[in-house]
Amino acid sequence: MASIQATRATATGAPTSVSVALAGSGGAGVMTAGNMLLEAAAQAGYYGLMTRTSGPQIRGGEAAAMLRISTVANDGQDDRFQVLAAVDWQNVGRFAAEIPLDASSLILGDPDQGAPPEVFLKTGAQRFEVPFKRLAKQVSGGWPNMVALGVLAGLCGLPEDALERAVSRANRKGGEALAASLAAMRLGLEQARALGVAFTLAPPQPGPGRWLITGNEAAGAGALRGGVRFVAAYPITPATELLEWLAPAIGKVGGTLVQAEDELASINMILGASYGGVPSLTATSGPGLALMMESLGLGVAAEIPIVVVDVMRTGPSTGIATKSEQSDLNIALHGMHGDAPHVVVAPNSLADCLAATQWAVGIAESLQVPAIVLTDQYLGQARGVVDEPARAPDLPARHRAETGQPDYRRYALTEDGVSAMAIPGMAGITYTADGLEHGESGRPSSQASDHAAQMDKRARKLAGFDPGAYWASVEGEGDTAIVTFGSCTGPAREALARAQAGGLNARLVSLRLLSPAQPERLAQALEGVSRVLVLEQNHSGQLLRHLRAEYDLPGEVRSLRRAGPLPFHPGEIHDTLLQWSRA
Amino acid sequence: MTKAAPRRKPARKVAARKAPEQDAYADFMARAYAMELEAVERYAQFAEQMETFNNREVADLFRKLSHVESLHAKRILEEMNWPSLPALPPAFAWESDEAPETAPFDDMHYLMKPFHALEIALECEKRAVRYFESISKARVPERVLAAAREMAEEEREHVRLIEAWMERVPKPAADWDRDPDPPAITE
Amino acid sequence: MNAPDTVALVPKDFKSDYKPVWCPGCGDYSVLSSITKALAALQLRPENVAVVSGIGCSSRIPAYTNCYGFHGVHGRSLAAATGLKAARPDLTVLVASGDGDGYSIGGNHFLHACRRNVDLTYIVMDNHVYGMTKGQPSPTTEPAWPSKLSPEGTGLREFHPLVIALAAGANFIARAFSGDPNGTAALLTEAIRYPGFSFVEILSPCVTFRPEQRAWKEAVRPTPVEPTDDPARAARRLITDDGFNIGVLYRGTRTPFGATARRGNAAPESLDAAFRFQEAS
Repeated sequence: MASIQATRATATGAPTSVSVALAGSGGAGVMTAGNMLLEAAAQAGYYGLMTRTSGPQIRGGEAAAMLRISTVANDGQDDRFQVLAAVDWQNVGRFAAEIPLDASSLILGDPDQGAPPEVFLKTGAQRFEVPFKRLAKQVSGGWPNMVALGVLAGLCGLPEDALERAVSRANRKGGEALAASLAAMRLGLEQARALGVAFTLAPPQPGPGRWLITGNEAAGAGALRGGVRFVAAYPITPATELLEWLAPAIGKVGGTLVQAEDELASINMILGASYGGVPSLTATSGPGLALMMESLGLGVAAEIPIVVVDVMRTGPSTGIATKSEQSDLNIALHGMHGDAPHVVVAPNSLADCLAATQWAVGIAESLQVPAIVLTDQYLGQARGVVDEPARAPDLPARHRAETGQPDYRRYALTEDGVSAMAIPGMAGITYTADGLEHGESGRPSSQASDHAAQMDKRARKLAGFDPGAYWASVEGEGDTAIVTFGSCTGPAREALARAQAGGLNARLVSLRLLSPAQPERLAQALEGVSRVLVLEQNHSGQLLRHLRAEYDLPGEVRSLRRAGPLPFHPGEIHDTLLQWSRA
Repeated sequence: MTKAAPRRKPARKVAARKAPEQDAYADFMARAYAMELEAVERYAQFAEQMETFNNREVADLFRKLSHVESLHAKRILEEMNWPSLPALPPAFAWESDEAPETAPFDDMHYLMKPFHALEIALECEKRAVRYFESISKARVPERVLAAAREMAEEEREHVRLIEAWMERVPKPAADWDRDPDPPAITE
Repeated sequence: MNAPDTVALVPKDFKSDYKPVWCPGCGDYSVLSSITKALAALQLRPENVAVVSGIGCSSRIPAYTNCYGFHGVHGRSLAAATGLKAARPDLTVLVASGDGDGYSIGGNHFLHACRRNVDLTYIVMDNHVYGMTKGQPSPTTEPAWPSKLSPEGTGLREFHPLVIALAAGANFIARAFSGDPNGTAALLTEAIRYPGFSFVEILSPCVTFRPEQRAWKEAVRPTPVEPTDDPARAARRLITDDGFNIGVLYRGTRTPFGATARRGNAAPESLDAAFRFQEAS
């Protein structure tokens, strides 16, 4: 893998991307410092991405903030971390798989806190001693994490003024606490200079309108932009932050959020609210989605638009609740009993969580159908400096009936399958929304003809839907293609860029619309392709099976997959492409 | 089963201001009308139930009963010459469980025979008699008293008619409600 | 009595032309009649009323009314109704359920709907049996009642819905009997008017699987005491109650859910400022 350098150098030799991790036990404040470092990078005009990991303790456990700071936007982690700094080493060894190091990496540890775990040392990384705690004590009220912040920022070459702004914004009260933080941070900067090593980044390429946001927040913002004004949900990791962002936000735009007693309630609450004419959404993760399945079917049968954001985590069962996996694809596509046509959408970057969720609301509303948005823990909980997120394509609003409409039939068999929806309060067109099979009027019916007609109607809505160019991100040229979705897209894109730099051209197809399938569009996107690499983060190859079932894939097809929680790195994808190209 | 000939009586419009007696009379007639209306609806519902359960014979009988009550209701309307429906007393403002002539739902059975239907109707007519008798014994304006007596007599006539009718239909066998098949599962 | 020109709504205006499939003699016919009488008494417009239900005999009610109906999945009617009312506080929302739908599969939602105190009227037609699946014991079935699924009886003590409702925070608690449609209509009228979560348990005999319940007619009696707003007194009464006292048993004073909510009218884009770190600095 010599061709894959974690820090690709510019012509001047300065790296365009640096990855650093800061670890420590509870109370050390590594997340606070990490957030400040990300903010400082943003202030300095860099892009950034921060993910986090922690032990199983609710509070006080070991934790690590993992950052990538770069001159170009990146949606994924790099192959290696250049720096691992730890305020202390207690149990930090458990993060070895998540913080890969190599001989070019640096390990910074406080000598008073013992030696770094062997698992890190054996990578051959260079070891430096920085007495974070003692240094912090030089400042009245100083904290070791602020010293570490200064050291890491110094190693990356972040300007001091950007750091000062970030620290000030985090200490809005100012006063002694701010002064102490700034002083400790400056001690750290001095230490970095004293180390005699650096990964000084290439100059930033500042751009206007950048955002600092998590995927979960972006999904929440997209929901409101799509028109969602009612949310009901039950807390679940890693979707809770989405709800916590929405709770105050939805009130400001005139909506309501209800914390439900369980997911059975939350899905039915949003069905009730949307039946009442208010676009509605819930957010959950795998276990919650499983509980919602029966009622999602009601949304299909009664044609009530709703959106469920599933922030996927490692399954089955409780799995690894805090970590990522793309293993809910099967249940999202096929979890309902009966034939239940519905929509499944997957954002393919942190920022795309906004547009994809907005789009899902639009599709749900215009087709009167449930839509599932598949994000994952990685996209949802990562905080990034991103270009201002794009907006979703516009879609027609929900087709409402007219008050007093003569011969109104809620489930009329229209050409496109979409029929006018009466909303409570409209006189003369009352009807009963029913999960029982029904005729056009909505009356329950056990007639084969009604069943067939309504099944056709519900399928027709999706078959006739034109997603436009937004159905997938199709990028690049070449006779090899990576087909993927969701959080695998970032690393895949980076792998393709490296391949291209090495003279190997390949395409990327990142499916945003997973259901209804778009066989003609994919066939067009893969025209001339003879090798298809299907990339996904789950154990059984759920995307591969989906593609095999719904599409004709050209040429030879290979699967690159593994279960969560470790994200794919660009290097291993690039490596796979290279090996295949030489085969 | 027919009702007595229509009573001739006030073809007068209801004035904006009325004497107390006139108010009481209109009120009484509105209640009588509401009572008939409920009976019309309930028998129609019973007919529908029996249709749903393929008991045509009893369905037809209930339809007849509903029709008869509707004639009575219509006559009250004509007699009062109301320009539109009066504001009826709240549907449940009766001393008894429902309006006196309204048959209860719980006497129904899908295998019931015409005899059972007539038993239900007989009870209703008897309750109606008791209701009008109670009014004609109460302290009410003369005009109301006269109307209540007249209606009580009408209902007594109905009781006699239904009793005669019951003589003409067969008595149900002891095992009239026997069904060799178990209930069906519907959902 | 005048002959006014305004056309007042009568119970029939709240009935659809869709014919019930309940067994003749079923108490639910009466309950349907009582609901339409109550709605007429309140002079609500059918289009401003939603009737929400789950699965079971009683849950068939929505389509038999001329109101907006929602016939959802088994046990979740309270959740759907909560969402509807929270999103559309202008509507009058009734929830129709049974002892299986409401107390067994939907039991958790019952607790939390009482706690949440959303302004709903929850009407449970209790016949101590699952009718639609042919006569299995429900949470309110007597422990010794034999059935195909539990030939020796369940041996389980009955669920006491009124005590549970009180303990969980329901704001209005009443018991009605389907054999008294006018009394039931009057109770429903009061329940619909009453702010917060109103729970009306209606004894509604199943003539097919529990024909012995025809005798309930003799067992029921008006509750001998006035309703109280004191939960402690209500608890004492309800816990010793034999299940046949009819009337309003508790009128609470809790503020309904969402009554104090303030809703803004900002554009969603106005929230973007928090993410634009440059402008925010």
